[in-house]
Amino acid sequence: MIELDGLTKRFGNKVAVDHLSFRVRPGMVTGFLGPNGAGKSTTMRMMLDLDNPTSGSVRIDGRHYHELQEPLKHIGALLDAKSMHGGRSAYNNLLCLAQSNRIPASRVSHVLDTVGLSAVAKKKSKGFSLGMGQRLGIAAALLGDPEILMFDEPVNGLDPEGIHWIRNLMKALAAEGRTIFVSSHLMSEMALTADHLIVIGQGRLLADTSMADFIHENSRSFVRVRSPEQERLRDLLHAAGIEAVASGEGALEIDGVAPERIGELAAEHRIVLHELSSQRASLEDAFMQMTAGSVEYHAHSERDGAQPPPVGPHWGDQWDGRTDPGSGSGDVTKGA
Amino acid sequence: MTTPAAPPPPPYPDRSPGRDGEQAPSAPVRTPGLGDAVASEWTKIRSVRSTVWTLGVMVLLLLGVGLLTAVAIRAADADLQDEPVLSLGFFGVLLGSICVITLGVLTIASEYGTGLIRTTLAVCPSRSRVLIAKSIVFFLLSFTVTTVTAGVVGVLQTAILDGGTPTAGEWLGATVGVGLYVALLGLLALALGAVVRHSAGAITIMIGVVLLPLVLAMFMFTDTLDSVRQVLFEYSIPSQLASLYDTPITLSGPSGWDSVLILTCVTAVAMGAALASQDRRDV
Ligand SMILES: Nc1ncnc2c1ncn2[C@@H]1O[C@H](COP(=O)(O)OP(=O)(O)OP(=O)(O)O)[C@@H](O)[C@H]1O
Ligand SMILES: [Mg+2]
Repeated sequence: MIELDGLTKRFGNKVAVDHLSFRVRPGMVTGFLGPNGAGKSTTMRMMLDLDNPTSGSVRIDGRHYHELQEPLKHIGALLDAKSMHGGRSAYNNLLCLAQSNRIPASRVSHVLDTVGLSAVAKKKSKGFSLGMGQRLGIAAALLGDPEILMFDEPVNGLDPEGIHWIRNLMKALAAEGRTIFVSSHLMSEMALTADHLIVIGQGRLLADTSMADFIHENSRSFVRVRSPEQERLRDLLHAAGIEAVASGEGALEIDGVAPERIGELAAEHRIVLHELSSQRASLEDAFMQMTAGSVEYHAHSERDGAQPPPVGPHWGDQWDGRTDPGSGSGDVTKGA
Repeated sequence: MTTPAAPPPPPYPDRSPGRDGEQAPSAPVRTPGLGDAVASEWTKIRSVRSTVWTLGVMVLLLLGVGLLTAVAIRAADADLQDEPVLSLGFFGVLLGSICVITLGVLTIASEYGTGLIRTTLAVCPSRSRVLIAKSIVFFLLSFTVTTVTAGVVGVLQTAILDGGTPTAGEWLGATVGVGLYVALLGLLALALGAVVRHSAGAITIMIGVVLLPLVLAMFMFTDTLDSVRQVLFEYSIPSQLASLYDTPITLSGPSGWDSVLILTCVTAVAMGAALASQDRRDV
C-alpha cells in the first residue's frame, strides 16, 4: 500500500505536482495516467525519496521510504531504462544492487532468467536495445521479490511481444497480492492492464476511479448513420423525437437509440441508408477529453482540422448528453 | 552481440524460494549497513573499464617515467648531486595523480551522468552511507595501487642507479606517504564530484587545483607579489608532493608528513561539505 498525502513539488515557480492525495492498493494494478509533463515521473521520484517534496508526504506500508532498511525487499521500481551503467554487464549491474540489500547473488541469475536476459547476462548493458534495457530495469525491480512494484512507462520501447509479456507479468504479480503502480500515457494500454486508474493533469488529480467505472462512464456508445438523403433523415428523426448530430463526414451520430429503431424508421419512409452501425467512443478519447484542459505540450499539426482535442468538459460532466453540434466534429473515432 | 529479439519470455509463475512462507521472505537478522554498501561499491568499481584504464595508465606512468629517468641518468653517467634516488619517481607520480583524480571524480559523477544514481539511492536511501562506502572503496584501492607501484619503481630505481641506499624514512615517504597523498587527492576529487555532479567539470576543476597555483606563481614577476608567490609555490600540490621525497621545490614550506596532514584536513572539509549537501538535493 502506498499512501500519498497532499504531495506537492515545486520547481522554481512551476508546480509539477499539486497536492496529490491517493492510495495505491495491494492486489491490483493501478494505472497512473497523464499527458506529457503531468508530473508522473516527479511523483514517482518523490515516492522513492529521490526528490524532496515541497510539502506533503508519501508512506510505503505506513513508513517513510528512508525508514525502509532494505528497500528492494519492499518496493522495486523501474524509473527509466537508462538508469544502469552501460559499461557494466547486466549481471554486475544487478549484483551491486543485490549486495547493498543483502540479496543472495543467486537471485540475480533468477531475475535475469525471468526477464529473458540470461543469454546476455555477461554482456555490457550499453549494447542493449531499448527493450532489453527495459527488461533489465524490470529485473532490477524484481530483485528483492518486493510486495510493491512501481513502473514508469514500462512499455516504452517494447515490441508487441514485450508489451504482452509485461502486461501479463503485472497482472500475475497483482494476482499474487502485490501492489502494482504503473504509469503510462496510453489509455488503451491501461484499459487492458489496470484495475484501478489515477489520472493527473498538470500535477493535479483528475480522477481516482476503478477501471470498470471509468469504462462505464466514458465509453459512450452511439449509432452512426449515413444516407444520401441526410437532411430528410434528420428531419424525420427529429419528428420522431430523436436528436441526430452531424459528424462532419457526411454521417449522423445518434445517442441513446438502438440501431434497429433507426433502420426501421428509415425503411418506413423509404430512405436509402449507406451505413448504419453501432459505435463506441474509445477510452483514449475519454482520456483526452479529461486531460485536454491540462495538456501542456500541444503538438500543432500543419494542416488545420487535426487540432488537438477541444478543451473538454471537466471531469464529472460526461459527454453522453452532448448536444452541441460544434464540438461533435472529428473527435469520435471508431472503437471496439 | 546476441539478437535484440530476446529469447521467448518465460512465463512468470516460478518465483524464488522464500515466497511461499507467507511471512517476510528472509526476516532480517541484522540491518544492512556500511559493509553491504562497501561490497556493492566494490562490485561497481571493479566492473567498469574506467577503473582499469585510469589505474592502468597511472601504473604505466609511474613505471615508465620513473624508470626512463633512472635509465637516462645512468646512460649519461650524470651525477645525482645529493638528490635522493627515490625522488626520481616524482614526475611519474605527479602525472599519475591526474589519473587517480579522474577515477575519483568518475566514481561518483558518472552515476549522475548515467542516471544510475537514482537506482543506487532508491536501493540505499541513506545518501551518506553511499558516499562513505564509495570513498572507502576508492581510497583503499587507489592507496594500495599507488603505494605498491611507487614501491616497485623505487626498488627498480635504486637497482638501476647504485647510489646511496635510501633510509627507512625516505622509503616510507616515497611509498606510503606518496600513496596516501595521491589517494587523498583522489578523495578530494570524489568529494568535488559529489558536489558538482558533472564528470568533465569536476575533473577540470581538480586539474586546475593541482596545477594552477604553481603556474600562477611562475608568472608572478613583480616584486610586490613576492610573498603571494612564495605561498603559492610552497603550498601548491606539486611542491607538497615533492616534499615527500625530501626535495621540496622550495626549501621552505611544509615538510613531507605535514603535507599529508594538510591535505587530510582539506579533504575532510570537502567531504563534510559533500555529505552535508547530499540530503537536501534532488537527484
Ligand atoms: N528537475 C526538474 N527541474 C525543473 N522542472 C522539472 C524537473 N523535473 C520535472 N520538471 C517539470 O515538472 C513537470 C512534470 O514532469 P514529469 O517528468 O514528472 O512529467 P511526466 O508526467 O513524467 O511526463 P512524461 O509523460 O513526459 O514522462 C514538467 O513540466 C517538467 O518540466
Ligand atoms: Mg515521465
